[in-house]
Amino acid sequence: MSKTNLTRRGVLQTGAVAGAGLALPTYLSAASHSGFTNAPGDSSVTLGFNVPQTGPYADEGADELRAYELAVEHLNGGGDGGMLPTFSSQALDGTGILGRKVEYVTGDTQTKSDAARASAKAMIEKEGAIMITGGSSSGVAVAVQGLCQEAGVIFMSGLTHSNDTTGKDKKANGFRHFFNAYMSAAALAPVLSKMYGNDRKAYHLTADYTWGWTQQESIAAATEAMGWETVNNVLTPLAATDFSSYIAPVLNSGADVLVLNHYGGNMVNSLTNAVQFGLRDKQVNGKNFEIVVPLYSRLMARGAGENVKGIFGSTNWHWSLQDDASKAFVKSFGTKYGFPPSQAAHTCYVQTLLYADAVTRAGSFNPCAVVEALEGFEFDGLGNGPTLYRADDHQCFKDVLVVKGKDNPTSEFDLLEIVEITPRAQVEYAPDHPMFAGGQLGSCNPGA
Amino acid sequence: MDAIILQILNGLDKGSAYALIALGLTLIFGTLGVVNFAHGALFMIGAFCAVTVQRILNLSYETIDPSQTDFLGNPLVVKTPYVHSWFGPETGASIIEWSVPIAIIFAIPIMIAIGFIMERGLIKHFYKRPHADQILVTFGLAIVLQELIKYFYGANPIQTGAPDVFRGSFDFGVLLGFDPNVIIYPYWRLVYFAFAAVIIGAVFAFLQFTTFGMVVRAGMADRETVGLLGINIDKKFTIMFGLAAAVAGLAGVMYAPINSPNYHMGMDFLVLSFVVVVVGGMGSLPGAVLAGFLLGILESFASMNEIKSILPGIDQIIIYLVAIIILLTRPRGLMGRKGVMED
Repeated sequence: MSKTNLTRRGVLQTGAVAGAGLALPTYLSAASHSGFTNAPGDSSVTLGFNVPQTGPYADEGADELRAYELAVEHLNGGGDGGMLPTFSSQALDGTGILGRKVEYVTGDTQTKSDAARASAKAMIEKEGAIMITGGSSSGVAVAVQGLCQEAGVIFMSGLTHSNDTTGKDKKANGFRHFFNAYMSAAALAPVLSKMYGNDRKAYHLTADYTWGWTQQESIAAATEAMGWETVNNVLTPLAATDFSSYIAPVLNSGADVLVLNHYGGNMVNSLTNAVQFGLRDKQVNGKNFEIVVPLYSRLMARGAGENVKGIFGSTNWHWSLQDDASKAFVKSFGTKYGFPPSQAAHTCYVQTLLYADAVTRAGSFNPCAVVEALEGFEFDGLGNGPTLYRADDHQCFKDVLVVKGKDNPTSEFDLLEIVEITPRAQVEYAPDHPMFAGGQLGSCNPGA
Repeated sequence: MDAIILQILNGLDKGSAYALIALGLTLIFGTLGVVNFAHGALFMIGAFCAVTVQRILNLSYETIDPSQTDFLGNPLVVKTPYVHSWFGPETGASIIEWSVPIAIIFAIPIMIAIGFIMERGLIKHFYKRPHADQILVTFGLAIVLQELIKYFYGANPIQTGAPDVFRGSFDFGVLLGFDPNVIIYPYWRLVYFAFAAVIIGAVFAFLQFTTFGMVVRAGMADRETVGLLGINIDKKFTIMFGLAAAVAGLAGVMYAPINSPNYHMGMDFLVLSFVVVVVGGMGSLPGAVLAGFLLGILESFASMNEIKSILPGIDQIIIYLVAIIILLTRPRGLMGRKGVMED
């Protein structure tokens, strides 16, 4: 016969300890009380800024981070308020978000999808970030957007230009303020037609990843619709640094336009190589040979130096815009940092304000309430004119800038001049447009 | 035919860079027995010597132009380089324009000094350690150097132009009887190829026709015996490290106008240069040069549309594919000799 030492008091003590132990993880996960991931306390709320701090886009990431810090300062009532006074929604009053002081944590995307996901995950799970924003690459944006959808937090993307971000890879928890490849092409094509005529033969060099593919598809479709012929499209490795062997055959192809679907270091090197090979000095088919860079970045145009002179492209925003909102942002940013903001800084600043405004209008940090507040939201006063956050795909629709490399820059920042502000109506497309087909927005995920 | 000539020309400049880096790597491996993964960083530092000289020559004084405004609406601060005021605007502009060739003069002592410091300060402590340790420490050093460059110069590429006289391109096609605009080649790339040929020739002449070179070659063949003869072979090898660093640095300086320097450019060349060394034959200087040009030209051919349409992605793997084939058929590489680096 066995003998046990069980006592009533012992059973109660063990049960209490075990019960407390089991309950503790639930208690620590405050979200479960509120029904959504990382519900903030009463005093502060944490935002996660996931930007490239190392790697090839580190300078762009640094500018994004400056913009985020400025946005946090303005949300908390510091500085001159930046675009808060010009923003058509006057819900934000400089007292944080819903009375909570805005704090932030940062992560390093390294412009690598796996590293970006890891840093976003750490900010959500360890630092309690309720919203993730930032990035300078479409590959990263698509990866982090997917993670945020699974984790139940809002993702306000930074610089991402691939059609896929709000196309086949769109997610209910993700929102893009930046324009996309289709919009660039729709804005740029009429200007190219006006400048270079309708009888042109284009040769494309395309970065071999999601952004390059959609950029090439968009610009080829838009220029072919005007009568241009696409002679060839050559995919170039993202890691390529010397494009001479890709550029040398261009002149023998019969093409009289080279379209560089490249961004960042790729753009700097391919454009430099093209100019070295004297492409811009040549005459083909009785016309001057021309080069087009569909997506410009002022930060990276610096790397190409005077090679950008006279070359057409598009951009989401430029510091030389003269509307009140842009002037307010440039003044605020320029006074704090000593130089004008980039388009990446602008979109990141605006995304932070838009998120804070949506939470305030919704009266809740619940991601599903934020999604509802942002869907179909019409606003103005943030530098791009009247803008719509379309409910169908969470893409912002606004005017697009067609720019040209400036012939006589007055400073190292004064590299691009605005040729045309293409109205929003001209760059709009149906939600089921074939270039954006294939994905489902799904429903919002509050997590927890 | 024109496409073949064009790709051979394209391969020459890339091959020149591979050959110069691989030459330095082979010198270091051959003399010191060290696998130097920081050698690509030396190439990158060379390119940034050109950037630095360009910045020094562009040092400016500021004047206020009240007739113009800056982006904040304040009176515009106009920067005028000191060289413009010292030598006049035209001569000053010419001096700035020639910043890359001028950088060569500064790069030689700087790179030799960096080579000495690297060898005496760090690498000599790893001579008797396994190759794995040497690879780890030199790879770590490469990362430190590139992060330092990124800290001071940023992550974006920096435009570093060639002198105006070398801008534009040369129509080789007309020279060879083809139509105009069929085979064109930038002047600066021709300069780069010629420069690489001179440097390679100078290194070979130095090793072949000087007493110092003879001792180094003897040391590469049998270090112990040379030491027993009372020659301080370590000192000679330190000088060779400095020389190898200078060769990599000069390759970088002259490469700056071809592709805008960025902090990562050393890593881009490093791995391929190691493949070049192995294909050429470990310890073989002529092998390194031959393999450098061979692989540069093959890489260029693999980028041709006609070849990529048959074998997509071949441009990414061609060098490694050729390396596998050569090592399977000639395990010591193209010009490696029996008994060298095999203990």
